[in-house]
Amino acid sequence: MSNLRNLRYQVKDLYKRLLFLGREYPLGYSYFYPKLKNAFMKNRNLTNEDEIKKAIDSGEYVIKELEALYYLKKYRAIKRAYYN
Amino acid sequence: MTVLKILVGCKRVIDFAVKIRVNSARTAVETADIKHSLNPFDEIGVQEAINLREVLGKDKVSEIIALTCGPSKSQEQLRTALAMGADRAIHVETSKDQTLEPLNVAKIFKAIIEKENPNLVILGKQAIDDDSNQTGQMLAGLLNWPQATFASKVEIDKDSITVTREVDGGLETIRSKLPAIVTTDLRLNEPKFVTLPNIMKARKKPLTKFSLQDFDIDVTPRLETISVTEPTTRKSGTKVDSVDDLISKLKSAGAL
Repeated sequence: MSNLRNLRYQVKDLYKRLLFLGREYPLGYSYFYPKLKNAFMKNRNLTNEDEIKKAIDSGEYVIKELEALYYLKKYRAIKRAYYN
Repeated sequence: MTVLKILVGCKRVIDFAVKIRVNSARTAVETADIKHSLNPFDEIGVQEAINLREVLGKDKVSEIIALTCGPSKSQEQLRTALAMGADRAIHVETSKDQTLEPLNVAKIFKAIIEKENPNLVILGKQAIDDDSNQTGQMLAGLLNWPQATFASKVEIDKDSITVTREVDGGLETIRSKLPAIVTTDLRLNEPKFVTLPNIMKARKKPLTKFSLQDFDIDVTPRLETISVTEPTTRKSGTKVDSVDDLISKLKSAGAL
């Protein structure tokens, strides 16, 4: 049981980090927030530890993707403005 | 090897993603209620200082100090720099409607540098709001320090710095003794995204405040902005049905 509780904190932490990233989302927070919530609610009934871990991993992957997206967006905007 | 004490410049600018609007008096751009962020080139500068600490080891970079000159809200940008990994920050606060020209900023930086004695100063090559590209060069002139502008690679060995610069048509590599001034180009590194816990931690990092009056610097503007206008919008094109049509259109446009 304690392991599951531990995972619960991990999930909450993941959710908070994603929410924070969502504030910068190009289509706006109002677009991002319901999608994020949906994605988490879809997995609300997971009880198997491995499945939860897998879901957390895919969340971590999304974080990496978002960070890369934001970086590229900025890089390209500046490149377009100054280097082309 | 010399222990580095790095000073990085941080300017508060309008966010790169915001659509810029000229105010109705045509004297400046609208800044009220608009998202601001840390100048992307300064962000690269902060990241470079952190990268140097990673590459050289913690004991070889004694301190990373973020410095800004601007209104009280500029503190947000200093906090961003602190969240990225700077150790402490210095804020030279100006009143809300005070505009600082590159020369003024360079003079303030000089005063701070004489106080703090850093041996490496990293600045963005330019800010994305006024695109002056002057502060680094002016500061080097005022201090009589070597400068390496438009850096795309920075290496430190013993007491010298080797910088690869982006120049027209290629790369130029220069070596200089420390202390030196480096201004960053776009491809120097990839700034990491600040995380929420780091922003929380950055709140506890020390931030020293000065006001313009603490320095004996004349900030009366030397430049006068005559007018600010938006760029001309691109005219929309038309579709043509045939080659003859295209040629006649080109002829009437004077291209043939």
